[in-house]
Amino acid sequence: MITRVRKGRLIGAAVVTAAVVASLAGCSSSGGSGGDSSSSGGSYTFWDPYPQFDASSDWAKLIDQCGSDAGVTIKRTGYDTTDLTNKALLAGQQHNSPDLLLVDNPVVSTLADAGILTTTEESKLDTTGIQKNIINAGIVDGKTYGVPIGANTLALYYNKAVLSAAGVDVASITDWDSLTAALAKVKAAGKKGITFSAIGTEEGSFQFLPWFWGSGADLMKLDSSKAVSALALWTDWVQKGYAPNSVINNTQTTSWQEFATGDFAFGENGTWQLGNVKKAGIDYGILNIPGASGPNAPVPTGGEFMTIPVQKDTARYATSAKIAKCLTSTANFVKTDNTLSYIAPTEAAQKQQVEQNPELGPWVKAVAAAKGRTSDNLGTKYPKISQQLWGAVQNALSGTKSPEDALKEAQTAAAAALK
Amino acid sequence: MAVTQAAGTRSVRGTGGAARSASPGRGSRPRRRRSGQWAAWAFLAPVVIYMVAFYAYPLYRNLELSLKDYTVRAFVEGNAPFVWFDNYVKVFQNPTFGPALLHTALFTVISIVFQFGLGMALAVFFFQNFRLSATLRALFLVPWLLPLIVSASTWSWMLNSESGVVNSVLEAFGVGQVNWLTSPQWALTSVIIANIWIGIPFNLVILYSGLQNISGDIYEAAALDGANGWQKFWRVTFPLLRPVSAITILLGLVYTLKVFDIIWIMTRGGPANSSTTFATWSYQLGFGSVLPDFSPAAAVGNLLIILALIFGLIYIRTQRKQDLT
Repeated sequence: MITRVRKGRLIGAAVVTAAVVASLAGCSSSGGSGGDSSSSGGSYTFWDPYPQFDASSDWAKLIDQCGSDAGVTIKRTGYDTTDLTNKALLAGQQHNSPDLLLVDNPVVSTLADAGILTTTEESKLDTTGIQKNIINAGIVDGKTYGVPIGANTLALYYNKAVLSAAGVDVASITDWDSLTAALAKVKAAGKKGITFSAIGTEEGSFQFLPWFWGSGADLMKLDSSKAVSALALWTDWVQKGYAPNSVINNTQTTSWQEFATGDFAFGENGTWQLGNVKKAGIDYGILNIPGASGPNAPVPTGGEFMTIPVQKDTARYATSAKIAKCLTSTANFVKTDNTLSYIAPTEAAQKQQVEQNPELGPWVKAVAAAKGRTSDNLGTKYPKISQQLWGAVQNALSGTKSPEDALKEAQTAAAAALK
Repeated sequence: MAVTQAAGTRSVRGTGGAARSASPGRGSRPRRRRSGQWAAWAFLAPVVIYMVAFYAYPLYRNLELSLKDYTVRAFVEGNAPFVWFDNYVKVFQNPTFGPALLHTALFTVISIVFQFGLGMALAVFFFQNFRLSATLRALFLVPWLLPLIVSASTWSWMLNSESGVVNSVLEAFGVGQVNWLTSPQWALTSVIIANIWIGIPFNLVILYSGLQNISGDIYEAAALDGANGWQKFWRVTFPLLRPVSAITILLGLVYTLKVFDIIWIMTRGGPANSSTTFATWSYQLGFGSVLPDFSPAAAVGNLLIILALIFGLIYIRTQRKQDLT
């Protein structure tokens, strides 16, 4: 069927295609080097996951201030958190990483594994005074890849009105059994027990971890009897109606909206909702999440790390480190973490925060008991385990599988993924 | 996706046109033709550049991603080893593959059947041109005009187990709580219902415009022959709408195969993967966790492209058969 005309066309098409590809390749290589030389002036790039802060925000002003203190101008770009990981990987691939990169703490080990980040040894970032349990999330194989800018974590918000109506004394809640008993009382009083987020994403794992760790379970052994007891606790709550069925699909935001209706006795949520709880007009209190047989379960830390990505021109690290140091000074920690509703990662700054705002007291205590998700040198193993963990939670809560079977399957899959 | 659409449109217009343009070129005077050809290529270049940069290259990259073993480090350093079809094998062996394939098929087929059926019924209904028909028809376009995030979020509120309006209505009729989005039995049904609602206007609009192209004379003739309404539809409207129906269904298939936003917003593919399709699975692998798994994600994406391509080829075949008869 191919006529001579057709053949001619094909050859023509091939020639044009080849020319285009060649010119594109030329473009991209020359474009890359051009970009490099222009940025080595007095301008430093800064990426963060706070698109909600525009140029007029305190956060942006603080960055500008730190830039001019270091004698440079800073170009700040805010990306969506999930977007930032991929943007950072792509930038690393193109060798035009930003000078300073603020990323969510579990991402640090991924980016470090990709070889994008400098160690604090190389970049001379100062890590003295940072609480060990917080900075642990940024340590891979004994090397530190950044400084936490602040930490947030989870605790139980409780509604005093609902609890007193049900005749529950918060002080009596010290472990899982007493908490479950309290939930039963609340339900008997016609109110709703507890809401949390068990969605099939990282958020679901984040919310389950306080209970998982609170049972004494280890992420490397998802099917231990302790782990099963934690998942059985949640499953039991959903089956008995202490927790609504919607938790399976709840993000932390939708779970918060449920708590904000005022019908729920407890809501598992983070430091960042402190502003909203006042707006909702709920007479609230904060209870640290209890462990299986005692108070204060280890909770996972949230919050971002200040990192300095690898640059061709290593002379830039000195200025970058200066900017980072400015942002992580005690005075600025307090300022930044108050805007973000975070807890500072140093004791000195925490003290100041609590002095200014005594409500932060329980949160400081929670952060002290908190643990990075990627710590214990789990690093990039964590995301693979976490994916199986949230899958198991979904399987058990939706009644597809028993907690034992769900976790057994998760452990098999995680072990296979880690191989 | 892009490939099938291009192939589809070409065959719609092309069958007559290509034959005509080919015949005069086959003649004499080769020299003049050659210089003319260079000019022709110059005119063609912008389109070719565009096609290569925005279609061919991404497609090539996706193929490359799926044939190499990309870890995050290899992604940054660009030295991923070539592993042939390992990623595809991994995807096939993954316990999610079977359910995802089944869900993709169910989601697509059920959505298309209802979207097309309801779209056709509404198109015929509005073609009667009664009073208010234009207004009502415009109202039916609302799902199409709304941003997907708005409609999907609204659906997920309505279908909420505890506080959703759907359950409170059902309760009024004595039906117990249905966990639309949080039980594995219902999650897929829920996202299909939402998708049908969103897809009806597209079918309605295209089929309605198809109806306008059917000459009134034929209906008149049919009426003179004593055909009733039912017969008019099955003997006149339906056969004459066949070409329009075919393209509507093909476009619907391609759109529905890759539906991602509705499912992701409503259920995240859960609970327990019960509403995972290839599209959400691919996203889940590539962007759903802190540690991106680019290669298997690209492999799943390519499977979707191949599925769409198959439907495109089937369409072209049936179209050709129709042209012959």
